[in-house]
Amino acid sequence: MRPARTHVLVAVDEEARQAGVEEVLAALRQVLDRCGLREEVQIVETGTLGISGQGVVLAVYPDGVFYGRVQPADVEEIVEVHLLKGRPVARLRLPTAAPVARPGEILGRQTRVVLRNVGVIDPENIEEYIAQGGYEALAKALFAMKPEEVIEEVRRAGLRGRGGAGFPTGVKWAAVRQAPGPEKYVICNADEGEPGTFKDRLILEGDPHRILEAMAIAGYAVGAKRGIIYVRGEYALSIRRLERAIAQAHAYGLLGENILESGFSFEIEVRPGAGAYVCGEETALIESLEGKRGWPRIRPPYPVTHGLWGKPTVVNNVETLASVPDILLRGAAWFRSLGTPTCPGTKVYTILGHVRFPGLVEVEMGTPLRVLIYELGGGTRDGRPLKAVLIGGAAGAFLTPQDLDVRLDFDSLAGRAAVLGSGAVLVMDESTCIVDMLGSILRFFRHESCGQCVPCRAGTDLLVRLWERVRRGEADEAALARMEEVVEVMRQASLCPLGQSLALPVRSALEKFRPEFLSHAQGAACPVCRREGK
Amino acid sequence: MEKKAILQRFPRSPDVLLALLHELQRANPQNYLTPEDLALAAEYLGLPLSRVRDAVTFYTMFSLHPRGKHVIRVCDSPNCHLFGAWSVVEELQRLLGVGVGETTPDGLFTLELTSCLGACGVAPVMMVDDEVFGNLTPQKLREILARLKEEG
Repeated sequence: MRPARTHVLVAVDEEARQAGVEEVLAALRQVLDRCGLREEVQIVETGTLGISGQGVVLAVYPDGVFYGRVQPADVEEIVEVHLLKGRPVARLRLPTAAPVARPGEILGRQTRVVLRNVGVIDPENIEEYIAQGGYEALAKALFAMKPEEVIEEVRRAGLRGRGGAGFPTGVKWAAVRQAPGPEKYVICNADEGEPGTFKDRLILEGDPHRILEAMAIAGYAVGAKRGIIYVRGEYALSIRRLERAIAQAHAYGLLGENILESGFSFEIEVRPGAGAYVCGEETALIESLEGKRGWPRIRPPYPVTHGLWGKPTVVNNVETLASVPDILLRGAAWFRSLGTPTCPGTKVYTILGHVRFPGLVEVEMGTPLRVLIYELGGGTRDGRPLKAVLIGGAAGAFLTPQDLDVRLDFDSLAGRAAVLGSGAVLVMDESTCIVDMLGSILRFFRHESCGQCVPCRAGTDLLVRLWERVRRGEADEAALARMEEVVEVMRQASLCPLGQSLALPVRSALEKFRPEFLSHAQGAACPVCRREGK
Repeated sequence: MEKKAILQRFPRSPDVLLALLHELQRANPQNYLTPEDLALAAEYLGLPLSRVRDAVTFYTMFSLHPRGKHVIRVCDSPNCHLFGAWSVVEELQRLLGVGVGETTPDGLFTLELTSCLGACGVAPVMMVDDEVFGNLTPQKLREILARLKEEG
């Protein structure tokens, strides 16, 4: 970055775009020019600032002041009152604590590792990433570490897959390294489709080079020369930024042949998906990458020995990879100092629904659910009592206010028959009908079931039809028991996690909100979903 | 010919199939893949036509039927549902006079549903072509449609 007295960070993401960020930027440039501030104040277009639902968001540094819902007409006041006279404009100021950290800084309850550059650097400029220490970890790996030492560091750090399953990353890498054959692949799973989740999109949009660097490190560690990023087809901006980042990294000799004269070569390509939730499952993703319909494979064999084109393949989620550069630079012991003994590090969550400040946060593994909802999310929107929290996305479980003290990590949630999943935290206050919400989940699964295995294909349809009977008030306790039976069969017999995991939302909803389901089934009026009684 | 030019941007390897199909579909003003497109892709990549068709019919972003100039996709995932996604769908059906999966007689709009678009902070959300619109209200829907109609 050029030296400038003040930086104005402007979040340019999909959300800001449709709130009119282009007009705000144009006004900002115009007013700065007029006031002769162009040299002193630098505008930095960044990815998200981690704030959602607040329209166009600006941050002024070094003051650490955040503005929300900024309109072009507000720009003049911000420039004249704040940038010229140094008084923040209270009217537009966001009440939230500054969510953007300097590298390694801890802000309130947030600890930013994978998001540390998001909202801080210009994602379209590789030099800003390098200025933050970018590609140092790759250089360290190539020149100061053997591939086995890289794997050992990641293993000792205890990094576990952030895609949902929590499998130890170092173990996966070691298996691919040991698998025979000269041809191996590194795949970044960016097919983010879990409802309520957009962490990977914001990492890709806000800090694409971090993922490229991590993939090159993974390639060096396991002995792969090719990496592929499979991005959800709908993520147009992520795809553009990744392609741009790859071209820049090539130009700087950080990707391609003989990286930094080390003798190691690595290429990365971006491939778009085409709209299929099941492709987030790693073997379905691999099938899709081979140009086929995304049907999950029967496992074993696993991708670590038989992956893309039947070759040993690492498949890592975006957020998992995003932790890798810091682990190499700061060491496994540092990583272990964050989080819990069995789940070290941080986790990114999307807090959504009836909260005052919906958005993205990164906290240490093991942070209690209560902190997420009441401290970072600001509590329920209208102060209505909390009714339920759906955690982990549509394939997650419903929790109730009694579960607020559960710690959010892979192991603590398993104890509550819940999963961390993608890290989506959907908060519902008492204006929510759980029967209605479960309907939305069931229709989603019926639509996204890939149709390959019978338990899932037939089960998802059967569940929607049973649910419709409940909703119409033409059912009884037996219909609810039948739903539980269907998801149990799906859990045991489905080929992939899509069918297996539907047991989580269905069971938890039926168990924790049984009276609500029974009263719908028996035709009583619901004051919440406004269904009329029979 | 334009389609040949699209093909030649890709290596002749089956793994580029989806990316290639996206480009062919984008080049069609009616937003769909014609039988000719499928045959071209199959021949270029050395795949049986049945393999290409098999893939195309699996993914929701591809269509084998003509669609409107603008494809409107409303998110009906749990979070948008919580914020009234279904009333957005009903309002659009009323304003456009078509059901989900249908195209307006003037060929301008096709109405579809989609799973989560990852813009949950501004629910309810829809995507028109490549652009995301959030915080939808009946008034906002009317304005968006009016603007698109004006653009033709």
